[in-house]
Amino acid sequence: MNHHHDHSQDRSFDEGPASEYEIMSRAMQELLIERGIITAEEVRRRMEQFDADFPYRGPRVIAHAWGDPAFKARLLADGKRACAEFGIDLEAERLIAVENTPDVHNVIVCTLCSCYPRALLGMPPTWYKSENYRRRVVREPRAVLAEFGTIVPEHVAVRVHDSNADMRYVVVPMRPAGTDGWSEAELARIITRDSLVGVTLPKV
Amino acid sequence: MSLPSAYTEAPARRFNVGDRVAVKAANPPGHRRTPHYIRGKRGVIERVCGVFPNPEELAYGFNGEPKRVLYRVRFQQRDLWANYSGSERDAVELEIYEHWLEPA
Repeated sequence: MNHHHDHSQDRSFDEGPASEYEIMSRAMQELLIERGIITAEEVRRRMEQFDADFPYRGPRVIAHAWGDPAFKARLLADGKRACAEFGIDLEAERLIAVENTPDVHNVIVCTLCSCYPRALLGMPPTWYKSENYRRRVVREPRAVLAEFGTIVPEHVAVRVHDSNADMRYVVVPMRPAGTDGWSEAELARIITRDSLVGVTLPKV
Repeated sequence: MSLPSAYTEAPARRFNVGDRVAVKAANPPGHRRTPHYIRGKRGVIERVCGVFPNPEELAYGFNGEPKRVLYRVRFQQRDLWANYSGSERDAVELEIYEHWLEPA
Protein backbone atom coordinates (compact mmCIF):
# COMPACT_ATOMS: atom_id res chain seq x y z
CA MET A 1 0.00 0.00 0.00
CA ASN A 2 1.09 3.52 -0.61
CA HIS A 3 2.15 6.00 2.00
CA HIS A 4 1.46 9.56 1.02
CA HIS A 5 3.54 11.23 3.65
CA ASP A 6 5.14 13.84 1.44
CA HIS A 7 8.33 14.06 3.42
CA SER A 8 10.00 16.05 0.68
CA GLN A 9 7.50 18.87 1.04
CA ASP A 10 7.04 18.83 4.81
CA ARG A 11 8.67 22.08 5.67
CA SER A 12 8.29 24.02 2.47
CA PHE A 13 6.15 26.67 4.11
CA ASP A 14 7.84 26.88 7.47
CA GLU A 15 9.89 29.84 8.48
CA GLY A 16 12.82 27.80 9.76
CA PRO A 17 15.79 26.64 7.69
CA ALA A 18 15.05 24.15 4.88
CA SER A 19 15.15 20.52 5.94
CA GLU A 20 17.54 18.01 4.45
CA TYR A 21 14.66 16.51 2.45
CA GLU A 22 13.58 19.89 1.13
CA ILE A 23 17.11 20.75 0.02
CA MET A 24 17.44 17.32 -1.61
CA SER A 25 14.11 17.65 -3.40
CA ARG A 26 14.88 21.14 -4.69
CA ALA A 27 18.36 20.11 -5.83
CA MET A 28 16.87 17.12 -7.64
CA GLN A 29 14.28 19.31 -9.37
CA GLU A 30 16.92 21.85 -10.41
CA LEU A 31 19.16 19.12 -11.80
CA LEU A 32 16.34 17.48 -13.75
CA ILE A 33 15.38 20.82 -15.27
CA GLU A 34 19.00 21.79 -15.97
CA ARG A 35 19.62 18.48 -17.80
CA GLY A 36 16.45 18.96 -19.84
CA ILE A 37 14.78 15.81 -18.45
CA ILE A 38 11.75 17.74 -17.17
CA THR A 39 10.64 21.34 -17.53
CA ALA A 40 9.43 23.80 -14.91
CA GLU A 41 6.18 23.93 -16.86
CA GLU A 42 5.70 20.18 -16.39
CA VAL A 43 6.23 20.52 -12.65
CA ARG A 44 3.65 23.30 -12.49
CA ARG A 45 1.16 21.27 -14.56
CA ARG A 46 1.67 18.22 -12.33
CA MET A 47 0.88 20.30 -9.25
CA GLU A 48 -2.31 21.51 -10.91
CA GLN A 49 -3.11 17.91 -11.75
CA PHE A 50 -3.00 17.07 -8.02
CA ASP A 51 -5.91 19.44 -7.51
CA ALA A 52 -7.83 17.78 -10.32
CA ASP A 53 -7.01 14.29 -9.00
CA PHE A 54 -8.17 15.13 -5.49
CA PRO A 55 -11.13 17.49 -5.82
CA TYR A 56 -12.68 19.07 -2.77
CA ARG A 57 -15.81 16.98 -2.19
CA GLY A 58 -16.17 16.98 1.59
CA PRO A 59 -19.00 19.53 1.94
CA ARG A 60 -21.39 17.49 -0.23
CA VAL A 61 -20.91 14.45 1.98
CA ILE A 62 -21.32 16.39 5.23
CA ALA A 63 -24.36 18.32 3.97
CA HIS A 64 -25.95 14.99 3.07
CA ALA A 65 -25.13 13.62 6.53
CA TRP A 66 -26.76 16.66 8.17
CA GLY A 67 -30.01 15.98 6.36
CA ASP A 68 -30.00 12.20 6.63
CA PRO A 69 -29.33 10.76 10.13
CA ALA A 70 -29.12 7.20 8.80
CA PHE A 71 -26.40 8.24 6.33
CA LYS A 72 -24.58 10.09 9.10
CA ALA A 73 -24.63 6.93 11.23
CA ARG A 74 -23.16 4.96 8.33
CA LEU A 75 -20.52 7.66 7.75
CA LEU A 76 -19.44 7.52 11.39
CA ALA A 77 -19.38 3.71 11.34
CA ASP A 78 -17.45 3.36 8.08
CA GLY A 79 -16.26 6.51 6.34
CA LYS A 80 -14.97 4.82 3.21
CA ARG A 81 -18.11 2.78 2.54
CA ALA A 82 -20.39 5.77 3.18
CA CYS A 83 -18.42 7.89 0.69
CA ALA A 84 -18.60 5.04 -1.83
CA GLU A 85 -22.39 4.91 -1.64
CA PHE A 86 -22.30 8.65 -2.27
CA GLY A 87 -20.27 8.04 -5.43
CA ILE A 88 -16.90 9.05 -4.00
CA ASP A 89 -14.11 6.50 -4.25
CA LEU A 90 -11.50 7.16 -1.57
CA GLU A 91 -9.21 4.55 -3.14
CA ALA A 92 -6.61 3.48 -0.58
CA GLU A 93 -7.68 5.95 2.08
CA ARG A 94 -9.24 4.70 5.27
CA LEU A 95 -11.47 7.42 6.58
CA ILE A 96 -12.59 7.95 10.16
CA ALA A 97 -15.33 10.57 10.55
CA VAL A 98 -15.43 12.15 14.00
CA GLU A 99 -18.58 13.95 15.08
CA ASN A 100 -18.75 17.23 16.96
CA THR A 101 -21.45 17.16 19.65
CA PRO A 102 -22.53 19.57 22.40
CA ASP A 103 -19.94 17.75 24.59
CA VAL A 104 -17.01 17.15 22.22
CA HIS A 105 -15.10 19.27 19.70
CA ASN A 106 -12.75 17.44 17.32
CA VAL A 107 -9.68 18.75 15.53
CA ILE A 108 -7.27 17.00 13.17
CA VAL A 109 -3.50 17.21 12.74
CA CYS A 110 -0.60 15.14 11.51
CA THR A 111 2.27 15.87 13.89
CA LEU A 112 4.77 13.77 11.91
CA CYS A 113 4.25 15.27 8.46
CA SER A 114 1.11 16.39 6.64
CA CYS A 115 -1.24 13.38 6.30
CA TYR A 116 -4.62 14.71 5.22
CA PRO A 117 -7.80 13.18 3.71
CA ARG A 118 -6.83 14.28 0.19
CA ALA A 119 -9.33 12.05 -1.59
CA LEU A 120 -12.11 13.95 0.19
CA LEU A 121 -10.71 17.42 0.91
CA GLY A 122 -8.11 17.95 -1.81
CA MET A 123 -4.66 19.32 -1.05
CA PRO A 124 -4.01 20.45 2.53
CA PRO A 125 -3.86 24.17 3.32
CA THR A 126 -0.48 25.72 4.05
CA TRP A 127 -1.17 26.28 7.74
CA TYR A 128 -2.00 22.58 8.18
CA LYS A 129 1.53 21.70 7.06
CA SER A 130 3.23 24.36 9.17
CA GLU A 131 5.40 23.25 12.04
CA ASN A 132 3.69 25.82 14.23
CA TYR A 133 0.26 24.19 13.87
CA ARG A 134 1.57 20.63 14.04
CA ARG A 135 3.60 21.20 17.17
CA ARG A 136 1.14 23.35 19.10
CA VAL A 137 -2.30 21.89 18.41
CA VAL A 138 -1.54 18.73 20.41
CA ARG A 139 -0.15 20.74 23.34
CA GLU A 140 -2.42 23.76 23.54
CA PRO A 141 -5.37 23.02 21.24
CA ARG A 142 -7.63 25.61 22.84
CA ALA A 143 -5.11 28.40 22.26
CA VAL A 144 -4.62 27.34 18.63
CA LEU A 145 -8.38 27.12 18.04
CA ALA A 146 -8.80 30.58 19.57
CA GLU A 147 -6.33 31.92 16.99
CA PHE A 148 -8.71 30.60 14.33
CA GLY A 149 -11.51 32.46 16.12
CA THR A 150 -12.95 29.30 17.64
CA ILE A 151 -13.53 29.55 21.38
CA VAL A 152 -14.43 26.15 22.81
CA PRO A 153 -16.27 26.41 26.14
CA GLU A 154 -14.65 24.70 29.15
CA HIS A 155 -17.50 22.17 29.44
CA VAL A 156 -16.83 20.93 25.89
CA ALA A 157 -14.00 18.40 25.66
CA VAL A 158 -11.43 19.05 22.93
CA ARG A 159 -10.30 15.88 21.18
CA VAL A 160 -7.20 16.14 18.95
CA HIS A 161 -6.74 13.40 16.36
CA ASP A 162 -3.14 12.85 15.27
CA SER A 163 -3.19 11.13 11.84
CA ASN A 164 0.23 9.69 12.53
CA ALA A 165 -0.16 6.34 10.71
CA ASP A 166 -2.66 4.75 8.32
CA MET A 167 -6.02 6.43 9.02
CA ARG A 168 -7.32 9.71 7.64
CA TYR A 169 -9.88 11.88 9.42
CA VAL A 170 -12.71 14.28 8.72
CA VAL A 171 -14.73 16.24 11.27
CA VAL A 172 -18.53 16.17 11.06
CA PRO A 173 -19.43 19.61 12.44
CA MET A 174 -22.74 20.28 14.17
CA ARG A 175 -25.42 21.68 11.90
CA PRO A 176 -25.91 25.32 12.89
CA ALA A 177 -29.28 26.59 14.10
CA GLY A 178 -31.25 28.56 11.53
CA THR A 179 -30.64 26.15 8.65
CA ASP A 180 -33.97 24.30 8.79
CA GLY A 181 -35.33 23.64 5.35
CA TRP A 182 -32.06 24.43 3.57
CA SER A 183 -31.16 22.34 0.54
CA GLU A 184 -27.96 20.27 0.57
CA ALA A 185 -26.41 22.73 -1.89
CA GLU A 186 -27.18 25.62 0.47
CA LEU A 187 -25.79 23.70 3.44
CA ALA A 188 -22.64 22.74 1.51
CA ARG A 189 -21.87 26.44 1.00
CA ILE A 190 -21.40 27.04 4.74
CA ILE A 191 -19.35 23.89 5.27
CA THR A 192 -15.84 25.27 4.92
CA ARG A 193 -12.68 23.24 4.53
CA ASP A 194 -11.38 24.53 7.86
CA SER A 195 -14.57 23.37 9.61
CA LEU A 196 -13.93 19.85 8.30
CA VAL A 197 -10.46 19.91 9.84
CA GLY A 198 -12.04 21.20 13.05
CA VAL A 199 -10.38 24.60 13.46
CA THR A 200 -13.56 26.57 12.73
CA LEU A 201 -17.33 26.07 12.95
CA PRO A 202 -19.83 26.47 10.09
CA LYS A 203 -21.61 29.80 10.39
CA VAL A 204 -24.96 30.91 9.00
CA MET B 1 -17.78 -6.19 16.61
CA SER B 2 -17.19 -6.28 12.85
CA LEU B 3 -14.61 -3.90 11.48
CA PRO B 4 -15.43 -1.21 8.88
CA SER B 5 -14.97 -2.21 5.26
CA ALA B 6 -11.73 -0.34 4.83
CA TYR B 7 -10.10 -2.15 7.72
CA THR B 8 -8.32 -5.47 7.62
CA GLU B 9 -9.41 -7.99 10.24
CA ALA B 10 -6.99 -8.56 13.12
CA PRO B 11 -8.11 -11.89 14.57
CA ALA B 12 -4.90 -12.43 16.53
CA ARG B 13 -4.27 -9.40 18.66
CA ARG B 14 -3.00 -8.52 22.07
CA PHE B 15 -5.37 -5.73 23.11
CA ASN B 16 -9.08 -4.89 22.98
CA VAL B 17 -11.13 -1.71 23.20
CA GLY B 18 -10.96 -0.27 26.73
CA ASP B 19 -7.64 -1.91 27.65
CA ARG B 20 -5.15 0.31 29.45
CA VAL B 21 -1.83 0.47 27.64
CA ALA B 22 1.53 2.23 27.83
CA VAL B 23 3.56 3.29 24.83
CA LYS B 24 7.13 2.01 25.01
CA ALA B 25 9.63 4.66 25.98
CA ALA B 26 12.06 3.33 23.40
CA ASN B 27 14.16 5.52 21.17
CA PRO B 28 15.24 3.34 18.24
CA PRO B 29 16.82 4.96 15.18
CA GLY B 30 15.05 4.93 11.81
CA HIS B 31 11.59 5.69 10.42
CA ARG B 32 8.98 5.43 13.21
CA ARG B 33 5.33 6.41 13.16
CA THR B 34 5.18 6.76 16.95
CA PRO B 35 5.71 10.46 17.73
CA HIS B 36 8.21 11.24 20.47
CA TYR B 37 5.68 13.17 22.55
CA ILE B 38 3.63 10.03 23.16
CA ARG B 39 6.42 7.59 24.01
CA GLY B 40 6.26 6.42 27.61
CA LYS B 41 2.67 7.72 28.03
CA ARG B 42 -0.40 5.77 29.19
CA GLY B 43 -3.74 5.63 27.45
CA VAL B 44 -6.76 3.46 26.64
CA ILE B 45 -7.48 1.52 23.43
CA GLU B 46 -10.17 3.49 21.56
CA ARG B 47 -10.55 1.15 18.58
CA VAL B 48 -8.83 -1.60 16.65
CA CYS B 49 -7.94 -0.42 13.15
CA GLY B 50 -6.90 -3.82 11.79
CA VAL B 51 -3.60 -5.10 10.44
CA PHE B 52 -1.29 -3.11 8.17
CA PRO B 53 2.11 -3.58 6.58
CA ASN B 54 4.72 -2.41 9.07
CA PRO B 55 5.62 1.19 8.06
CA GLU B 56 8.99 0.83 9.76
CA GLU B 57 9.87 -1.79 7.13
CA LEU B 58 8.06 -0.16 4.18
CA ALA B 59 10.11 2.99 4.71
CA TYR B 60 13.25 1.07 3.73
CA GLY B 61 11.86 -0.67 0.68
CA PHE B 62 10.87 -3.95 2.38
CA ASN B 63 7.39 -5.42 1.95
CA GLY B 64 6.13 -4.60 5.46
CA GLU B 65 5.68 -8.25 6.46
CA PRO B 66 4.79 -9.45 8.97
CA LYS B 67 1.88 -7.05 9.17
CA ARG B 68 1.19 -5.37 12.50
CA VAL B 69 -2.01 -4.67 14.39
CA LEU B 70 -2.81 -0.97 14.51
CA TYR B 71 -4.84 0.57 17.35
CA ARG B 72 -6.20 4.01 18.10
CA VAL B 73 -5.28 4.99 21.64
CA ARG B 74 -6.87 7.81 23.64
CA PHE B 75 -4.59 9.80 25.96
CA GLN B 76 -5.82 12.40 28.44
CA GLN B 77 -4.10 15.74 27.85
CA ARG B 78 -3.27 16.11 31.55
CA ASP B 79 -1.29 12.87 31.40
CA LEU B 80 0.81 14.27 28.55
CA TRP B 81 1.70 17.82 29.57
CA ALA B 82 2.51 18.91 33.12
CA ASN B 83 1.00 22.37 32.74
CA TYR B 84 -1.98 21.57 30.53
CA SER B 85 -4.50 24.32 31.11
CA GLY B 86 -7.64 23.10 29.29
CA SER B 87 -10.46 20.86 30.47
CA GLU B 88 -9.53 17.64 32.28
CA ARG B 89 -11.64 15.82 29.66
CA ASP B 90 -9.47 17.06 26.77
CA ALA B 91 -7.77 14.21 24.95
CA VAL B 92 -5.41 13.30 22.12
CA GLU B 93 -5.94 10.20 20.01
CA LEU B 94 -3.18 8.54 18.00
CA GLU B 95 -2.63 5.41 15.96
CA ILE B 96 -0.10 3.13 17.63
CA TYR B 97 1.22 -0.19 16.34
CA GLU B 98 1.00 -3.17 18.66
CA HIS B 99 4.74 -3.65 18.98
CA TRP B 100 4.94 -0.19 20.57
CA LEU B 101 2.36 -1.02 23.27
CA GLU B 102 2.53 -2.78 26.62
CA PRO B 103 -0.24 -3.56 29.12
CA ALA B 104 -0.55 -0.85 31.81
